[in-house]
Amino acid sequence: MFKQEKPELAVPARRQFLKAGLTAGVAAGAMVAGGRTAFAEGDEAIVEKKDWAVYPGNGVDAAPYGMPSQFEAHVVRRNVPWLTADTVSSVNFTPLHELDGIITPNGLCFERHHGGVAEVDPAEYRLMINGLVDKPMVFTMEDLKRFPRENRIYFLECAANSGMEWRGAQLNGCQYTHGMIHNVVYTGVPLKYLLEEAGVKTNAKWVMPEGADASGMTRSVPLEKALDDCMVAFKMNGEALRPEQGYPARLVVPGWEGNMWVKWLRRIEVGDEPWQHREETSKYTDLMANGKARRFTWEMDAKSVITNPSPQAPITHGKGRTVITGVAWSGRGKIDRVDVSLDGGNNWREARISGPSFDKSMHRFYYEFDWDGSELLLQSRAIDSTGYVQPTKNELRAVRGTNSIYHNNGIQTWLVNSKGEAENVEVS
Amino acid sequence: MSRFPKAALLAAGIHMALISPVLAGQFNLGREATPEEVAAWDIDVRPDGQGLPEGRGTVAQGEEIFAEKCAACHGDFGEGVDRWPVLAGGQGSLKSDNPVKTIGSYWPYLSTVFDYINRAMPFTEAKSLEPDEVYAITAYLLYVNDVVTDEDFELSKENFVSVKMPNTDNFYMDDRETTELADRRKAPCMENCKPGVKVTKRAAIIDVTPDEGAEPKGSLE
Repeated sequence: MFKQEKPELAVPARRQFLKAGLTAGVAAGAMVAGGRTAFAEGDEAIVEKKDWAVYPGNGVDAAPYGMPSQFEAHVVRRNVPWLTADTVSSVNFTPLHELDGIITPNGLCFERHHGGVAEVDPAEYRLMINGLVDKPMVFTMEDLKRFPRENRIYFLECAANSGMEWRGAQLNGCQYTHGMIHNVVYTGVPLKYLLEEAGVKTNAKWVMPEGADASGMTRSVPLEKALDDCMVAFKMNGEALRPEQGYPARLVVPGWEGNMWVKWLRRIEVGDEPWQHREETSKYTDLMANGKARRFTWEMDAKSVITNPSPQAPITHGKGRTVITGVAWSGRGKIDRVDVSLDGGNNWREARISGPSFDKSMHRFYYEFDWDGSELLLQSRAIDSTGYVQPTKNELRAVRGTNSIYHNNGIQTWLVNSKGEAENVEVS
Repeated sequence: MSRFPKAALLAAGIHMALISPVLAGQFNLGREATPEEVAAWDIDVRPDGQGLPEGRGTVAQGEEIFAEKCAACHGDFGEGVDRWPVLAGGQGSLKSDNPVKTIGSYWPYLSTVFDYINRAMPFTEAKSLEPDEVYAITAYLLYVNDVVTDEDFELSKENFVSVKMPNTDNFYMDDRETTELADRRKAPCMENCKPGVKVTKRAAIIDVTPDEGAEPKGSLE
């Protein structure tokens, strides 16, 4: 069972005038003690004078780049060490159970690197476009920022999200089962504009984005998609991309598997055939039960998960009014509806979606009810704007077997016991 | 880099508009890449051999280089060390409960092997191998996967595309559109859909969640 880490409760810092002398400290102690005797009855959080209500806090500039409260120190990305040989080519997971709304904070966006984080100097950043073009081109960061910019919100989900769950419930926590996803506002240039500057030849059918990192990540993307909604982004949630998200520029491939969103983007080659590179042949292909493999499975099917309660976020308040919340998304459009079941999929009721609903973006849902303290088998089911209904895991396995690793969008079940503790399970 | 004269640009724009659905650039940003610059970065190789550099290397040469630069992670014969990728073996395992996806058992194209080694290996010093070394290592990987059996086999730009990989024909285009989507686009059941639901699998029993669990089989990488 996952244990929630308690935040370390640091003693609030005393201010400069208190640090100055012992006498001041003693006087302050007496003052707090006096308050306690004056109001002995009631909630200590109310009747006790708190340091933060007495002593002035940090001034401006104590943290020139602001960080979350010390009480939120447990809200971090985490990895699963047994998944990979080394953290340089590995993945960590977004703490979905600690988040709300639809936007993932930059510092909590999951990481997946194949050759570690490239530290690219923006002054030395170059984006080359070559291949089947009229004129091979080079753009600097300054050039990129002179094109018309767009702001769009998209989810990025790794194709292997929930990949450990094909054979059965394995990991206790939605951070681990569903945390290879994030949803941010991108600011960038439509890829179409850049390709047009180079002049795409008529026999071109594909583009191949390439990363500047040590893995030299490459994928083949159909030209049609490149000209439709792909963009070269340099901001996320208003600030520069984080190094681990591809600073200074990355490709955005809306609705399609995260591996194609090449980070530290340095080159786009235009061609007439796919390149069949490592990450689209030996990896990111879906092995079926009959030993054959699907390739170019780009679109992410509609999916949802209840983030609270979940194994890392049990119900702690006992029976009575209870909020169930979670996220849903689809690589094919918007989420039209999310259903929630309390009994393992026997009966369903419509959840309430709150917050902006964008194409190929995360949606936030809630379901509020009075919990009677009995065992729950919680499930959520997303329905997207194409009418696609999120399938059960068994429905997926009936088509694909259990070896495919990628594209597991099956319905997740949490067993909540009478104490409010949640466990990752599967049901008949 | 000098720009095209304005008139020429205009003419090119009109030309593009006539023959291509893609319009020519309208922002006049960036500069033309030189052939030397393109050559410095354009190292990708395709299944039809496009992008292969001049060069050659034998299985025996590859064995030596592999032992020095690759075996620490991949093992002397590509069997893999710890959780580093297994490169050889696994033939006949793809339908089993423990498929072993190696170059021999799974990878559809030899060009993928050459391209990946050339751009991303060795893991601690990518893009450091000479073309002859990449040909030799690729030849050795064919040998440990029984795709070639002669230690004197030499792989080169000239004979590269004649090598066929065993699993080439077992890949097919994403067919979810025809095999899955019709079943998914049905109005879902809302009431009494599954009476008598039972728990069938529990993560607590497998117990592999970080901090507490044992290591299960398999690896993401």
